[in-house]
Amino acid sequence: MINHDIVIIGGGPAGMAAAVSAYDAGCKDVVILDREPRLGGILMQCIHNGFGLHKLGRELTGPEYAAVYAEKVAERNIKVYTETMVTDLSPEKIVTARNRQGILKIRAKAVILAMGCRERSRGALNICGSRPAGVYSAGTAQKLVNCMGYQVGKRVVILGSGDIGLIMARRMSFEGAKVEAVCEVMPYSGGLTRNIVQCLEDFGIPLYLSTTVVEIHGRKRLEGVTIAQVDEHRKPIEETKRYIPCDTLLLSVGLIPENELTRAAGIPIDPVTNGALVDEHCQTRIPGIFACGNVLQVHDLVDYVSEEAERAGLGAVQYVKDAAADEEVIRTLPGNGVRYVLPQTIHKGDEDISLFLRVTQPFKNVKFTVTDGETVLLTAKRLKAAPGEMEKLTLKADKLKDVKGPITVSLEVL
Amino acid sequence: MKRDMICIICPRGCAMTAEVCGDKVSVTGHSCPRGEEYAVNECLHPVRTVTATVRVANRKDTMVSVKTASPVAKGDMMQVMAALRAITVSAPVSMGDVLLQNVCGADVIATENVY
Repeated sequence: MINHDIVIIGGGPAGMAAAVSAYDAGCKDVVILDREPRLGGILMQCIHNGFGLHKLGRELTGPEYAAVYAEKVAERNIKVYTETMVTDLSPEKIVTARNRQGILKIRAKAVILAMGCRERSRGALNICGSRPAGVYSAGTAQKLVNCMGYQVGKRVVILGSGDIGLIMARRMSFEGAKVEAVCEVMPYSGGLTRNIVQCLEDFGIPLYLSTTVVEIHGRKRLEGVTIAQVDEHRKPIEETKRYIPCDTLLLSVGLIPENELTRAAGIPIDPVTNGALVDEHCQTRIPGIFACGNVLQVHDLVDYVSEEAERAGLGAVQYVKDAAADEEVIRTLPGNGVRYVLPQTIHKGDEDISLFLRVTQPFKNVKFTVTDGETVLLTAKRLKAAPGEMEKLTLKADKLKDVKGPITVSLEVL
Repeated sequence: MKRDMICIICPRGCAMTAEVCGDKVSVTGHSCPRGEEYAVNECLHPVRTVTATVRVANRKDTMVSVKTASPVAKGDMMQVMAALRAITVSAPVSMGDVLLQNVCGADVIATENVY
C-alpha cells in the first residue's frame, strides 16, 4: 500500500486540469492514473479544430488542446501512472490498479473521478437484422481512421447527428468515402451549427431529421440499411421505409458516463445525468471523492470540462486541508423545460455558485428563473436554448445568504 | 444568385440570405456586422482549416495529426487531402514541425508529438 494526498483516475482533459489546479492550490502530492500510454484521453483522436476558443481564446485541434495541459502537468512534475487500469475504488478511498509491474494499492486522502464516457452501442438501440462487419460506433471509427490509418468504409450511413457523427461525416468524406446520409431520430440535430455547416453542407451530405435506421442487411459485411421516418412517438412509419446500399454504418447515438468505479464505491448516481450526485465543488455523496468532466455529465465543449475539473481540484485540496467543512445543504431541482441542474446540492457560503443545466428541447426567446420558494434569485434571458448546449447561471453569494431551498430552475418562453 | 445560410459566428445562428452580383454581396437576415462579414466571405472566398493525419513510416499503426497552418480555399480541401495521402513521415515528429510546404498556399504542420 502506498499513500498519496490526491489520486486522479483518468488523464484526459478533466484529469489533467484537476491535477494542475490541485497542485497550484498547494497540494503537491497529486498523482494521475490512466490506462493509455500517454495523457490526453479522447482528445488525441479528435484531430479536428475548434477546441479552446472559450477557455484559451484560440482555436486548437484536440491533440493541441491536450498538449497545453500535458505540458502544465509535466512542468509541475506531477506523477503520472500510464498504462495503469484502475479496477476498484473503495468508499475508504483505497484505489486498486494494475499495470505491467503488478497490482497497485493506493490509499488516498481525496480521489477525483475523471474517467470520461463511453459510446452507446448498437445493442442499446435494438435495430433489427443481422450482425455483419461494418457497423461501428462513430468514436471507434474515428480512432481507426485518425490514429491508426485504416479506411473503415467506402459508402457510409451515419445514425445520429450529435457532434461526433457530424465530425465523422466530414472525416469519412475527406478519406475518400461517400457519405450517403446522416439520420437523426429527433426532429432537430443535437450538434453545433458550425458542425452542420462545415461537416455536412460543405460536402453536400443530406441530414434526414425524424428518421432512423430500422434494419441492418448483409451477412459477412454490411450491404445496406433500411431507414424510415418516425412519428411523434419515435415509431417508424411503415410507408416511408427506404433501402440505402452501404458498407459502413456509424452510430453516434449518445454517450454514457463511465461510472463502474463510482458504483463500486457505492456513490449515488443521478438517473438523469448518469453521473454522480455532487455539490458545487464537484464532491460526491462520499466526502473526499470528487467527480468532473464527462464522467459527471456529458459536456459539449472541452473548455467547460477543464473549468469543471479545476473546481474539483480546488475542492479536493480544501477537503485534504480541512475535511470538516459542514455547512447547510440546499438542494437544486429542475423545473419547467429543464432536464437537469448540476450541482444537485449546494452549500451556503461566501462564494458565488454556478448552476449548469440542459433544457428538454430547443426553445427560442426564453427566460430562465431561479427561485427559492416564492423568492426569485435570478432571471436570465436567452435568444436560443437547445439540449445540445449546456447553460450556465451564476448565483451571487449574497443572494444565497437567506435561501431555505430547494432552489428550482425553470424556463418560460417569452 | 440567392443563397440561404446559417451564421456560425455565434450561438444565435441567424438564418441569412445572401445575393451575389459579381463581386458584390447583399446580405439580409443578419443581426450584426460580424454575420454580414461572414456571409460575404462565405460567398466570395470561403476558407477552411484542413485537419488530417499522416502515416508515420517507422512506427506500426501510427499516424501523426496535422493541420494547415492557415486556412485554405474551401474548394482546395480535397487537393490538400490528396497531397497528405501521398506522403509519409518519420518519427520523431514534434508539434509545429512543417511536414509539407505550401500546399494550396498553406504549410501543413504537425499537431502532436510522436516520439
